Amino acid sequence: MTSRHPDRRNVIVSLATGAVLAMTSGIRAETADMEAAIRSFTKGGLIQTGKVKIDISPLVENGNSVSCGVGVDSPMTAANFVRRIALFNEKNPQPDIAVFHLNPRCGEARVDTRIRLATTQHLVAIAEMNDGSLWSDRIEVIVTIAACLEE
Amino acid sequence: MATALLYMPKTARRGEVITLKAVFSHPMETGYRRDVAGKPILRDIITTFTCRYEGVEVFRADFHAAIAANPFISFTTVATSSGQVIFTWTDGAGKSWSETAQLSVSA
Amino acid sequence: MIPVMSSTVRWAASQLVVSTLLMIAAVEIAFSQGIPSGELRSGFDTMGPETQGMQRDDTRNPAMLWVLEGSRHWTTDPGNGKPACSGCHGDAPQSMKGVAIRYPVHDPSTGKPVDLAGRIQQCQSIRQDAAANPRESRPLLALSAYVALQSRSMRIDPSADERLAPARESGRQLFTTRVGQLNLSCAQCHDDNRGKRLGGSLIPQGHSNGYPLYRLEWQGVGSLQRRIRNCLTGVRAEPYTYGDSALIDLEIYLRERAVGLMMEAPAVRP
Repeated sequence: MTSRHPDRRNVIVSLATGAVLAMTSGIRAETADMEAAIRSFTKGGLIQTGKVKIDISPLVENGNSVSCGVGVDSPMTAANFVRRIALFNEKNPQPDIAVFHLNPRCGEARVDTRIRLATTQHLVAIAEMNDGSLWSDRIEVIVTIAACLEE
Repeated sequence: MATALLYMPKTARRGEVITLKAVFSHPMETGYRRDVAGKPILRDIITTFTCRYEGVEVFRADFHAAIAANPFISFTTVATSSGQVIFTWTDGAGKSWSETAQLSVSA
Repeated sequence: MIPVMSSTVRWAASQLVVSTLLMIAAVEIAFSQGIPSGELRSGFDTMGPETQGMQRDDTRNPAMLWVLEGSRHWTTDPGNGKPACSGCHGDAPQSMKGVAIRYPVHDPSTGKPVDLAGRIQQCQSIRQDAAANPRESRPLLALSAYVALQSRSMRIDPSADERLAPARESGRQLFTTRVGQLNLSCAQCHDDNRGKRLGGSLIPQGHSNGYPLYRLEWQGVGSLQRRIRNCLTGVRAEPYTYGDSALIDLEIYLRERAVGLMMEAPAVRP
């Protein structure tokens, strides 16, 4: 009987590893469309994680209109400011959401809008600083479905 | 006539960072929907929003179909001098609508 | 809750919803006990904090676009020498305060009940000698939203006119009678199963205190009649046409049923 335990443990470990790998690969791999959209924004530049923060409810009642903010940690001075912030989605029919063009006159790097999310998915925000560096944030949003039909 | 709502302070102190919000009446039709007769509804979206203050573009947004109907935008600017703040929305066909607000800036 | 992942999942979820509805239909008794007054909850209280925030702050409430259009219609004359709404009624914030909370009312000229949108249509065709805006058209929703806004935060106070009693009773019966292929009454969801979940959504009590309102699902402002018609479609019943007396009767019953709640129009709902 005891000989079966290591087997079971091995099975569990390998299942768990598989699940973790599947999860991480799911998190890392953007859909090809979103990847292409991000590349066309970044021109292939190195994207670092940090400085940018997406502000969105993790669970939304209706994907037709979802409040979404994005802020960047930046002094917004002539020497150090955010030039552009782009928002991308993974699973709408098209990956682009918006690009915001900022400058030192903004005073702060904070923009709010309302977006559409066709389904539960990840969002990515990328900020381009005036020195050309690129910073990103990524968040998952769960979109619930309505119970009743609508016209 | 455009149907738009602008929300921003009427007065500000010089150097103050103010928040400007704007809502524009527009379906942001994606082009992916069909009407009751099954005919595709043509894409009709606002593609650009700009804000000009003291004659200078102080903020711009490029919108895609993933922006919700009746597009809402909130952003900030530094109050520098009294004058007009002009908000402009432009659709994919190049048609545009503008609304103007007055900002009074004190020292 | 059920996250949408694919059309297959969406289909499966909709089947789940239908089977849940069928279970409600099978288990529940045919008549409802109603909602005790202490348990009255506006749809506002049961929606998510994000949607509540949109309603609480007019600068984030897209229905205010309709209010703006309504205020323009209010002061625009029909161009035939007849007055604008404001020509007879003056400033809406004064003259229309407290009007929406008592509608529908009895209309002596027709001997029938009339709801707020119907009254506006009547004014347009009789007083303004103009073509009335059709039900659910943008200008009529805009005017209704503008008038309803003037009663915001006032308590629902239905017309006490005795002549409304038969229509109110008819509305109550419509509300509690099973209809459609799913064989469900309004009351089975909104009285008996209020607060439970149907798919990912909470079943609200189904009150009328926010209409006309901005629904995220509609991406626009719609009337209480639109909402009721959608419910009828949901239980696979033939919806009444806009303006039908059955819908007016339901509106009268729903006004009575919402006594104790505040007017929130134009509200925001998911």
